[in-house]
Amino acid sequence: MTPHPANPHEIDARPLLEQMLLIRAYEEAIVAGSDAGAIPGTCTSVGQEAAAVGVVNALGADDVILTNHRSAGHLLARGADPGRLLAEVMGRRDGYCKGRSGSLHISVKELGVVLTSTIVGAELSMAPGVALSQAMLGWPGIVACFFGDGAACEGSFHESLNLAALWNLPILYVCENNHWQAFVHRREAMSREHVSEWASSYGIPAQTVDGNDVAAVLAAARAAAEQVRASCRPYLLETWTYRTRGHFEPDDQSYVDPAERAAWLARDPITLCRDRLLAAGALNPSQAAAIDDRVATRIHAARAFAEASPYPAADELTRDVYA
Amino acid sequence: MPALTLYDAIGAALTEEMRRDRHIIAFGEGIATKRHDLVAEFGALRVRNTPLAEGIIAGTAVGAAATGLRPVVDMLFAPFLCYAMDELVNSAGKLRYMSGGQFAFPLVTLAMTGAGWGVGAQHNHNVEAWFVHSPGLKVVMPSNPADAKGLLKAAIRDDNPVLFFIDIGLLYQPGDVPLDEEVVPLGKAAVAREGSDVTVVSYGKTVHHCRQAAEMLATEGISAEIIDLRSLKPWDAATVLASVERTGRLVVVHEANRVCGVGAEIAAVVAEEAFACLKAPIVRLGGPDAPVASSYPLEQAFVPQPEAIAAAARRLCRRQIA
Repeated sequence: MTPHPANPHEIDARPLLEQMLLIRAYEEAIVAGSDAGAIPGTCTSVGQEAAAVGVVNALGADDVILTNHRSAGHLLARGADPGRLLAEVMGRRDGYCKGRSGSLHISVKELGVVLTSTIVGAELSMAPGVALSQAMLGWPGIVACFFGDGAACEGSFHESLNLAALWNLPILYVCENNHWQAFVHRREAMSREHVSEWASSYGIPAQTVDGNDVAAVLAAARAAAEQVRASCRPYLLETWTYRTRGHFEPDDQSYVDPAERAAWLARDPITLCRDRLLAAGALNPSQAAAIDDRVATRIHAARAFAEASPYPAADELTRDVYA
Repeated sequence: MPALTLYDAIGAALTEEMRRDRHIIAFGEGIATKRHDLVAEFGALRVRNTPLAEGIIAGTAVGAAATGLRPVVDMLFAPFLCYAMDELVNSAGKLRYMSGGQFAFPLVTLAMTGAGWGVGAQHNHNVEAWFVHSPGLKVVMPSNPADAKGLLKAAIRDDNPVLFFIDIGLLYQPGDVPLDEEVVPLGKAAVAREGSDVTVVSYGKTVHHCRQAAEMLATEGISAEIIDLRSLKPWDAATVLASVERTGRLVVVHEANRVCGVGAEIAAVVAEEAFACLKAPIVRLGGPDAPVASSYPLEQAFVPQPEAIAAAARRLCRRQIA
């Protein structure tokens, strides 16, 4: 494996910026389409792009990802085609799941994104089994399991960590603590401030990282993934971030403290990354504009692809129920 | 043919299948403790004890099944499956379809239920209909050791999640089991007794109650045909319909609560498909809409007994649809 810089300041964040911009543009295209009644509403990951991009870029091609309903960042960072993703969201035949999933449970097995579930905590219940297959069949790679602070309050979180520690399973648990559990603030639902605090009860090493600093997330995730690989034991990385849009589009967020949201918007992961690159001279304004143009072109093409894709045929109603 | 208990027949099926395919693993609540012969032959990695946590047992089986292993998990008692409903119903049953066919879930879930041990309603609750109602799952419940072995082998080889219910009352009853590697196909009923006047459909221990009822009826000149469903999903509608078309009468018998039980589906399909052949109304015999009591007489009273089955068949044979 190529050695990676451990210091966040040595990471070339330009490709990461482009991935984050693609995710943001994809989510915003869905929001706009949803507002216009053309695309079903989704659970967006707006505000959490750095947490997804940083971790996914720390993984290798053999590593397997389990994710959840707020998955656009993981899928796009892993290289999913935004056109096929959008087709899935719109219930079209060319979606990754033939239009049967919609936005909430998109798996892309060919990219190693498996068993995506919208049941909060289900990714945690299935991750030990995936890691068991890898360990017992002698496949390379580790399992990265993305979940939120809401899922960490499910019993499956605790059962999963206990079993992974007990059976020495190579799982990188990634808790995206976005402060919101559907319409409930984490403070109303969690007995502790950080999910990472719970890991030590199971003898699992853990760290909380600034989830809005993409270079910091990438550096921490690389170190965590290396530890999982070397030890064949689980690790928990908590990315401290914020869901700046609602739980599910549309959502007026009337329940959100405006001051808290404003504070997090001031630490927008994309602005943070771009400003840092510009200040360091690693990116100039015309290069930044070129990235914006590339992203806009891809999203435009994705929308056109998805809209041109037909709906599934009626006989798809009962296909693939049984193997 | 050697006589094995149903418990040992399950062990024989696991042994033969685990020898055949290294992808098969077995884990669950005490399986490594109780079946140390499996641990001795296949090692502690393929046969594992787990925490008493049905959710993570099932979830781990789902994740493993989707990525190359073929798990068999032991959940002990069927009511404990309530803790595993999400993993079995929402994950194993749905994620193949919802992903556009990207995954298959070759896994078997073992769970015991039924009257016989006086363990009460939180250990004895015949919940098989819940899983029959859930898409993507298959359900079996054998009535004898030979079928238990053959059905488990078929369930392990099947690429779908299979719920395998074990009738507690039959667990240590011996029965002849073929020595050869006989596989009982899923979805195929057995005609446990041939007859011409009334069709009696059942599964699990009540098949034996139906046999006793048939003996009583025979002395009265009533010939009962008994069909042992063995598989509840898919269930063998063809065999049941062919029988009812000959006899014109149907009694469905199961230990599970009668309300929305498997018998309701069988009765409905026969009414839809073979109404013209019916000489009398269809009768369902099942447990009451009540939890099962621990007390022996009440536990037995929950289960349709031979006298009640014979009485139901007798009434049908005396009655004609006008």
